[in-house]
Parts: sequence; C-alpha cells; structure tokens
Amino acid sequence: MDEHLQSLYRQMILEHNRSPRNFFPMKGCTHCSEGFNPICGDHIWVYLHADSEKIDRLSFTGEGCAICKASASIMTECLQGKAIVEATTTAKDFYLLAQGTAPNMDDKERFGKLLVFATLHRYPARVKCATLAWHTMLGALNNTATVTTEEP
Amino acid sequence: MSLVLDKRVTASSTDAITKIRQEFPLLQRTVHDGLPLAYLDNAATTPVPNIVQQRLISYYSSYTSNIHRGLHYLSVEATRQYEDTRKRVQMFINAAHQDEVIFTHGTTMSLNMLAQALSKQITNTDNTNTETEIILTTMEHHSNIVPWQLQKNLRIKYLPMLANGELDLDALPKLISNQTKLISIVHASNSIGTINPLTEIIRICKEHGLITVVDAAQSVGHMRVDVQALDCDYLVFSGHKIYAPTGIGVLYGKRERLKQLPVVSGGGGAIMQVNLDSTSFLPPPARFEAGTPNISGVLGLDSALQFLMKIDLPSLWQHEEYLLDYATTTLQNIKGVRIIGTATNKVSILSFVLDNIHPHDIGTLLDFEGIAVRASHHCTHPTMKHFKVPATVRASFAFFNTKEEIDLLAKAITKTIKALGR
Repeated sequence: MDEHLQSLYRQMILEHNRSPRNFFPMKGCTHCSEGFNPICGDHIWVYLHADSEKIDRLSFTGEGCAICKASASIMTECLQGKAIVEATTTAKDFYLLAQGTAPNMDDKERFGKLLVFATLHRYPARVKCATLAWHTMLGALNNTATVTTEEP
Repeated sequence: MSLVLDKRVTASSTDAITKIRQEFPLLQRTVHDGLPLAYLDNAATTPVPNIVQQRLISYYSSYTSNIHRGLHYLSVEATRQYEDTRKRVQMFINAAHQDEVIFTHGTTMSLNMLAQALSKQITNTDNTNTETEIILTTMEHHSNIVPWQLQKNLRIKYLPMLANGELDLDALPKLISNQTKLISIVHASNSIGTINPLTEIIRICKEHGLITVVDAAQSVGHMRVDVQALDCDYLVFSGHKIYAPTGIGVLYGKRERLKQLPVVSGGGGAIMQVNLDSTSFLPPPARFEAGTPNISGVLGLDSALQFLMKIDLPSLWQHEEYLLDYATTTLQNIKGVRIIGTATNKVSILSFVLDNIHPHDIGTLLDFEGIAVRASHHCTHPTMKHFKVPATVRASFAFFNTKEEIDLLAKAITKTIKALGR
C-alpha cells in the first residue's frame, strides 16, 4: 500500500482534505454552479465573486472524497485574484496534468501547487474526482447551473 | 460466538474451499505487481469458473451457428444445447415448466421488458382517468425503479425501510388500494444485503390480487430460490452474478401469465407468420426472444448452473453465512467502523462507512492492498438517502472467500484509518 499511498495521497492533499480552504457558501456571489459526478456521487458547489475581467474570490461547499475536496480547496487558492482568461487556461492545464498528458509534467512555474496531482493519472479511476471542481468552476463562469463530469 | 463460528468453518472445510478456488482462474492472479487478489466484489459480478470458460470456447470453436434457424448439423447441436439450458434453469429455480424460462441480456433488460409489457396490461384504457398504482420499495436497485418511472400513467408508491434496513411490513397493507395492481420487489438488497420475507409479502399481495415481480439478482446464487414456493408471477436474475458470463439473464414467468403478457420487442425468431400489415407470434418463450440471442452466454449459464449443481451448495452457503458473521464481528471491533444495514437476515454482503473518510478513498486504499471491493452508491440512491450516506464500501462474499481474506480486509481498514483518519 505504502508506495501508492504516498504517491496519490500526498501530504498536501491530506492536509487540504482535513481543513479545506474557502469551504463555505459565498453570500453575494456573482456566479455559482453545482457539480456532480454521477459515477461516484461527489457533489460540490463552487461560488465565485468576479467582474467581467477578474475573479477576486472563490469558495466551495459539498461532499466528496479526499481527492475531490483537496482539489477544490487548492483550486480556490490558486485562482484567487486571477484574470478570467488565466483561470480558463489554468483549468485546461490542470486537465492535461490530471490525465498525465501535459507537455511538461514537472513545470513548477506553470503548475505550482497543482503539481501534487501530477501522479493522479496513474490512478485513472480517480481522475474525475480531481477535475470535478474545475469543471464546476468553468460552469460557474459560463453561468451554467449544473455540470457533471460526464459531459464532453 | 467464536465457537459456533469455528464449528461452521469445519462444516465447509478449508480443503474444500482451496479446491473450489482452483476452479476459478481469476482467483489465481495477482494485482499491483505481485499482490495476491482478495476478490470481495461478488455482488458486482462473480468470477467465471474453468468449466464456463471452456464452454464458450467450445461454442466458438466447434459449433458456432445460429439457433432455431438452421437445418445443418451445427445449428441442430447449438439449438439442442440452448434449449437444454432452459431445462437446467427450470430445475435450478424449480419452475413448473421449461417454457416459463425466457432468456434476456440480464436483470435490467428483464425488468424493462416487464415494466413495458405489464404497464400496458394494467393501465386503464377506459378514459376514467383513474391512475394505476404499483408498489416498489425504497430498497430497490435503480433497475427496479427507473423502468417503472419510464411508463406512462403509473403512480409508484414505495414501501419504506426501517432504521436497520428491513422493510416496514406493517406499512404494506395500508399502501394497497383498489387502484394497486402490481408489486415489484427485490429478494435480497445488493447494497445492504437484507433478505426480504417474500413468502409473506407475496401472500399479502396475492390476497389483494396484485401481480408479483421479484428481482432475484442478488439472491439466486447465495440462497435457495424456488419460484413455486415463493409463488411469484415473475422473477428475474442475471447470469454474471452466478458465475456465468455477462450479458445473459433470465425472465421467469408463470405459464398462464406469459400467455397473456403483451409483446414489447418484435423481430425474427419470435413470430409465426408476418404479413405486411400484421404478425402472429409464436407461443412463449420464443415469443419473447426476438432476434439472435446471446447463445454463448446461455451455454455459459448452463455450465455455471451445472457447476453449482455439482458442488455442495448448502454447505457452501453455510460458509458464506459464516464469512458474513465473521466479517461483521471483526469489523464491528474496529473503532470508527459503522455497518450500514443490520437486518437479521442478510446475504453475504457487508456495507460499511468509516468516520471522516470518504468511501472512495477507502476503496482506493483497499485496492492498494489487493482487495477488490465496491465503493459507491451501488445504484441504490434511495437506499443511501435512507441511511444518510453518499456511498458505502461494500464487501460481498462468495463461497470461495476465506477467513484470511477478511482478516486482510480488517488489517487494511485499520491501516486506512491510520493513514486518512483525523
């Protein structure tokens, strides 16, 4: 177990799972979307406070596994204060990272904290756990009320 | 307690279990670079014994042909074997006649066929606007809820569960009104293991003239299922949960019922005569088997049933009971484990959750130890809602599982709590 355990459940993931950041429903949010993974039942809400250019605050609530919660928590930290264009690019980068198809899987400058998910692609059954929050964030930006991991 | 358990384990000796394990190639393999596999996901699907695998090879290498359609040597042979399987299924579930056995692709298809055909039969066509009611339970698999929801003009009432995961039988007579025409009910719950007292439930429903449908997917390989003793009108199950291939299932119906059942799927093989504007159908069971069926699947099912009839099932079922008791006691002794579904009568299914650790994380960590379990809602959202959990971890045992595998499970759970608990 141990080798896999350390590879998938990195300390940062466990820590964010235990005490998720920005874990509350945001009053006065400008965007909100509900995300659902019908296969495993992970179910979260992502809230944004943004103008047409920039996201200044993010938060999330809901129920999910450690990977799902940690991913959502780390996402809310990473995107705080980011331009919407940049958030969208980062989401696309994250998908590639999670699936193990990013051109530079160890690019610290590009991925920063997100690199804790660089080994996720070895566990294909869990990739969607990590991408749910990002789908939901993009859904919120597009004013989509609900999104699922099963949409193309 | 442990003395009783020990006695039972000698009833089905370790030697017998070791011997039976050798019949299943899957149980010999390792996972994650060399870990022995502990296969505890039998409620999802069961491994296939050698005899079944050989039967598939034999069909595809020696008498590949279509059935009921060819005059040639191969087709005659395949047809004979296909129809012999009907007799085997008849024996296995103690049906009165072999023409009461219809082959389908599985439990879900059987239930969809029944929902479509029976709703045609029972919904009102007399413009009085009275709604027809049917009864399901909150313990059903989605495959025994959704097909009924898809039908028009049916109002579904649900028989609720008690806190321990048994059905609230007192509520049943009150649910039945003059508009109630049918009950479709699971024999043994796939997510929490509860065995429902069907003899009593069916008796009550018959008194009120209800058509009775039984979903036996989870019971049929783990306890005696006797359709005449149950006195149900219809009963369905899948091959892949009783050591046969996937994609093959059974729809049993009483002869008199099947004669009246509307056809919902038409095509070749089911017909007597087709004119450009009308068709006459063959009698059951052919009437309900339009199109080329899953011939190899049927033959695989035949071999699986032959296998089950050859081994000492009663003592192996006792071994499954022992495994459930032993696993329940062992897991209850681990701090932080909560068992979901504590009915008195259960098939060998143990669902549980851990404090503050999500079932999917548990499933992944158990997998790292070579233990295959299911961590999900088990296609039973309403059951999960009842217990106020999003999902559970489910260990489901077959007769080839061992006490050692449960010890391994317990050890891995303790390790999981240490790694992910707070």
